[in-house]
Amino acid sequence: MRIGVTVFPGSNCDRDALHAVERAGATPVELWHAEAELKAVDAVVVPGGFSYGDYLRPGAIARFAKVMGPLEEFAKGGGPVLGVCNGFQVLLEAHLLPGALLRNTGMRFVSRRVRTRIEKTDTPWTALYGEGETITLPVAHNEGNYYADEGTIRELEEEGRVVLRYLENPNGSANDIAGICNEARNVVGLMPHPERVSDPALGSEEGLRVFRSVLAAAGAKV
Amino acid sequence: MNIQETYTSLGLSDFEYDRILELMGRPPNYLELSLFSVMWSEHCGYKNSRPLLRRFPNTGPRVLQGPGENAGVIEVGEGWALAFKMESHNHPSAVEPYEGAATGVGGIIRDVIAMGARPVALLNALRFGPLDDERNRYLFREVVRGIGGYGNAIGVPTVGGEVEFSPAYSGNPLVNAMCVGLIRADEVVRAKAEAGEGNLVVLFGAKTGRDGIHGATFASDELTEESEAKRSNVQVGDPFAGKMLIECSLRLLERNLLVALQDLGAAGIASSASEMAARGGVGIELDAEKVPLREEGMEAWEVVISESQERMLAVVEPEKADEVLKVCERYELDAAVVGRVTSHGELRVFDNGEPIGSVPAEALADAPVYEREVRRPAYLDGAHRFDPDALPEPDDYNEVLLRMLAHPNLCSRASVYEQYDSEVGSDTVVRPGADAAVLRIKGTKLGFAVTADVSGRHCYLDPRGGGAAAVAEAYRNLSCVGAEPVALTDCLNFGSPEKPDGYYGLSECVDGMAEACEVLGTPVVSGNVSLFNETERGAIYPTPAVGMVGVFEDVSRHATPGFKREGDMVVHLGDYRPTLAGSDYLEIVHGKVAGKPEQPRLPREKEYADLVKSLVAEGIVDTAHDVSGGGLAVALAEMSITGGIGMTFDRVEVEPMLSGRRGDQALFGECGGHFVVAVPEERWDALQEALGGVPYDQIGRTGGDRLDVPGLLDVAVDDLRAAHERDLFEQHAPEGGHLG
Repeated sequence: MRIGVTVFPGSNCDRDALHAVERAGATPVELWHAEAELKAVDAVVVPGGFSYGDYLRPGAIARFAKVMGPLEEFAKGGGPVLGVCNGFQVLLEAHLLPGALLRNTGMRFVSRRVRTRIEKTDTPWTALYGEGETITLPVAHNEGNYYADEGTIRELEEEGRVVLRYLENPNGSANDIAGICNEARNVVGLMPHPERVSDPALGSEEGLRVFRSVLAAAGAKV
Repeated sequence: MNIQETYTSLGLSDFEYDRILELMGRPPNYLELSLFSVMWSEHCGYKNSRPLLRRFPNTGPRVLQGPGENAGVIEVGEGWALAFKMESHNHPSAVEPYEGAATGVGGIIRDVIAMGARPVALLNALRFGPLDDERNRYLFREVVRGIGGYGNAIGVPTVGGEVEFSPAYSGNPLVNAMCVGLIRADEVVRAKAEAGEGNLVVLFGAKTGRDGIHGATFASDELTEESEAKRSNVQVGDPFAGKMLIECSLRLLERNLLVALQDLGAAGIASSASEMAARGGVGIELDAEKVPLREEGMEAWEVVISESQERMLAVVEPEKADEVLKVCERYELDAAVVGRVTSHGELRVFDNGEPIGSVPAEALADAPVYEREVRRPAYLDGAHRFDPDALPEPDDYNEVLLRMLAHPNLCSRASVYEQYDSEVGSDTVVRPGADAAVLRIKGTKLGFAVTADVSGRHCYLDPRGGGAAAVAEAYRNLSCVGAEPVALTDCLNFGSPEKPDGYYGLSECVDGMAEACEVLGTPVVSGNVSLFNETERGAIYPTPAVGMVGVFEDVSRHATPGFKREGDMVVHLGDYRPTLAGSDYLEIVHGKVAGKPEQPRLPREKEYADLVKSLVAEGIVDTAHDVSGGGLAVALAEMSITGGIGMTFDRVEVEPMLSGRRGDQALFGECGGHFVVAVPEERWDALQEALGGVPYDQIGRTGGDRLDVPGLLDVAVDDLRAAHERDLFEQHAPEGGHLG
């Protein structure tokens, strides 16, 4: 299985995501932002970073990158797409997911490990977890405060589209939301960084199942 | 303005101007004078510190590159090497803290890239005035934001650092940034313009503007109220361009397209070109009009000394120039051929074909050297007159410990390091909060540890002992995590060298550091000097910052300070000779900075630290902590808080610990050279066997939820944590206070 990782000029978790994909047992494929092709990948990760410097608004310029055209098609066609941190922000800006990420309520960058709960396992990115399972994941962001209007939040909750929830909310997110999916459940956005806890050498492998899940889902389909 | 006013305003002395006349054989024009002004500033030319720096040892079996390049390089193993350097950005941060700190980080990253290494870790060492002053709070908050703002965006983890507060730094904060880069040992790039004549000089990165003109000269002067007016001398950083610059530089090197690479720092293109030319024994001609500009109407002299950030200068073979420009385009960076290498040995600047300045590169690189007058400052005798018995003895040590743990100089640094991304890169094995940060090298079992240590107060009370103590503490910190200490970089932050007592501090401190480096076997491979750290209120403490790097053969064998299990045996290792002289306790609880701290016993420091390192490397110990600021009580409290497990001191061990000492001296006295480790009972025999002749005591056991030293201390771990976990950015009441 080939998993693509988009590389914007200011992506900085791209190498970490490629490493995690490789550790999960898939073939990592770099997708350069200025090339409008997905190189026949089976799934795409939009990694964290500061895609275009984020001087305007995180992800606001990245969504117009050439690679985003085929990526949006891929997502709308049901292809598994995961956005992590800044990648989540890019997917929001591209309207592949609803809502917005505002500045942390503490008004400063937050980098720490937080306990979270897997709420839904019926997405290609969370299938190998247990529902209600608690995992500890790193967060590192300035704008991770998930916000949407009341109607959208209600919809997300009623449709079971809150995929990951903070048990220790680091940024003021509505309903402690740490991750959501789209209606078709193939596009997932997560604020914490599963790729950073995907290697026992760093003390935790709790995030690796995110990448193994998409492999398992693909295996089931074949 | 007459000529004397001109060179004086550029920071050059009469003596220096005469020497320029002699070297040039004619009067220099304004551009040429500007070049001398920046290249002969302390920041670039080390004119006051060069003779002192020669005292440092700088060779060793693992040293691949010592001082004189953009960064030092040491060998790790399996063909891997680490390039690292620390640099100050004190003056810019004093007037424009966010950008000053951010560009400090950007600058040190470029030094490491210039060696061909991928930056993999950042650290910083910071000093501010007390937080009860609003200006100090502002500087602290903005410096931390600036470090995070740049480091977090650029994708290099900030893994460690050091911060303290003292009135000595009010108005003159210290901002020292360190970067470590990873590189294959056989691919180290040196910033020489070799391969000589006919090669082209390519400038790539951000566009050039008017920012930071004469920044190096500004950084080599005292801070006054007028400094505020020099805000435009401070550069502005763009981490996004910085990130592009990393990736672009590494790709250019990987494709073997460059002959030499140099970052642009102080004094911009002129400085980098003249350094390259001087090192390579060649000349360089620059065409100012070819430099991509950000603003209109810039004079040619401004273009060549501008300190605009995020730029690099490369020497390229003519047939590879197009390919170089193409790679830069991929990363959306400006790039242009701005000059060529020649044989005439001069740095020559042209403006549309007209020569507008020409100076021998050697002359620029050869700043005059001053041996300053040394005089032992009078304050030392007074400060050393100190009688600990005259201090009122506290009657409640629980309260004293809680107060110390809550003090800004000893409380948790989480509110600082949680603003830094410490994990990007997926190599951070031990995150901030331990004695040293630990990182792995992917695809191997190898790893490295890195720490930044500073000893301002100690150096104020005893510059020689304090200099040695800073090196020894770094050595202990690396040993505690299980790394073999290899080499160090330093930042020497001092007052004016033109004042004999100030120069005494610098000279003594360097002697102490040099001696420690010799005995501990850790050479200095790179560094930076920041002098003239003075305000209207006087000089800062003599403040050396040490950034030391150690290596692991097997990074999975490492230790952290937190207690891991209930029932572990807690063991004190090394010499226990605590003194309150110059201690944190004395300053925090009694409001005094006085006494003569214990002299480091360097050979023993090495023996004990090496032992701790081998205990960790052999897998006997996974819990170790250096006893430093706040003494034994604070060390044990930190181990309890981090591990979430209490500890009970053995009742029969309390008496020998006191052995005639007052309780405060025993609990909070400081001396260096000792450690606390914890082992499960099944490894107790192995530990005893490994200890050999090193003095040790089994002082207690882990367990429960209290830190209990019978007769002296008994506090719940939760209360210790509540005091320690203080947010340094919250508004708070004045610090310290005195007993009574």
